Amino acid sequence: MCLAIPALIKSIEDREAEAEIGGITRKISLWLTPEAKVGDYVLVHTGYAINVLDQEEAKETLKILSEIAEGVED
Amino acid sequence: MKYITEFRSSELADGIISQIERRSKTPARFMEFCGGHTVTIFRYGIRQVLPKTIEMVSGPGCPICVTANADLDKAIALSQIPEVIITTFGDMLKVPGSRSSLQKVKAEGAEVQTVYSTTDALKIAEDNPDKSVVFLGIGFETTAPTIAASILQAEEKGIKNYYVLSLHKLCPPVIRALLDSGEVKLDGLVCPGHVSAIIGSHPWEFIANDYGIPCVVSGFEPLDILQCVTMLVEQVENGQSKVEIAYKRGVRPGGNQQALKLMEKVFEPCSAKWRGIGEVAQSGLRIRSKYRRFDAEANFDIELKPAVEHAGCICGDILRGVRMPADCRLFGKACTPQNPVGPCMVSSEGSCSAYYLYGDGLGG
Repeated sequence: MCLAIPALIKSIEDREAEAEIGGITRKISLWLTPEAKVGDYVLVHTGYAINVLDQEEAKETLKILSEIAEGVED
Repeated sequence: MKYITEFRSSELADGIISQIERRSKTPARFMEFCGGHTVTIFRYGIRQVLPKTIEMVSGPGCPICVTANADLDKAIALSQIPEVIITTFGDMLKVPGSRSSLQKVKAEGAEVQTVYSTTDALKIAEDNPDKSVVFLGIGFETTAPTIAASILQAEEKGIKNYYVLSLHKLCPPVIRALLDSGEVKLDGLVCPGHVSAIIGSHPWEFIANDYGIPCVVSGFEPLDILQCVTMLVEQVENGQSKVEIAYKRGVRPGGNQQALKLMEKVFEPCSAKWRGIGEVAQSGLRIRSKYRRFDAEANFDIELKPAVEHAGCICGDILRGVRMPADCRLFGKACTPQNPVGPCMVSSEGSCSAYYLYGDGLGG
């Protein structure tokens, strides 16, 4: 029920955006994320962007995961 | 960065699992509060690959599952008012109340429409000015701000025939109630990722501080869960209890301030009834008096018979993590996803549904 999926914002008009979710474009609401910009990935829950995804943090997490995984081979 | 496939790498998963095996010495019982996490854990067979030291138990984090029959009965009663159109997320249709379900009353002629978003419900209200459109406000902190936003949009657009039946529930108070009951002993909590996207990680600190239980906020991909378990194991082995975030791309410690602001503007905390857990103070949200004209409970008279529980169904015990789906004599026999008796079998995030679809997840 708390499912939220990443979507790429393609265009913004007022508090609505066109966003690409798994190859499909649909309208989403930016009422909860007024800071979202074109080109951002947002987490979409029931048609609303609930947060802007942080690309730097995502890269950092993947780096940490690689380090954990490699730690075994030390 | 697509934010999905990167977090499903089986190669990385193998390495992380080996690390968990190497590091985990102390037997530990972790609860994944959220039904979405339960689904990821079952779908990717995570229980089977974790070392025997780690036990994962599902929590009550499925809004549909925890909605009490008395509240479902309200929704069903509202659907019987001739000019009312009920709008709801699809999962709610099959959930049996005391005597009927929305699906049954729909088949009998009531107007019940499933929607993907509250924006769809607002559109139905605009398109049907002679009807009253009631949206069933069911969900946790993830969903409540979207419903608050719909009420503010209705106000802004002057939509006068849109109402919300607010049955929202808040997660931190129910976790406290669960821990205070003493029924469930936990060594770690996998905190819900999308609830935390809204409320942040600070509201979980009482669990680490007052109860000494390690807390890690997790995302919903398999590597997110494995990272979360790694961090919980690390805390257990180091004798620590603190709140950490394993989902930093989606969760900030302070949450989403705009969403919290809208939620606070429209709703105020109230007592709420949870299936299997009972009444929990300050664990629900009701519509503030300023927005009373959008409150379905305040604007429609409904008569309710006393709620009745389903005979033999142990969803309540399963939601508290004290019994397993296989302990239920209805499981897989009288109760299946096609013909569910209890809500934990209806919702795709319910424990019974996950056990039914993916097996018991313990190597079977």
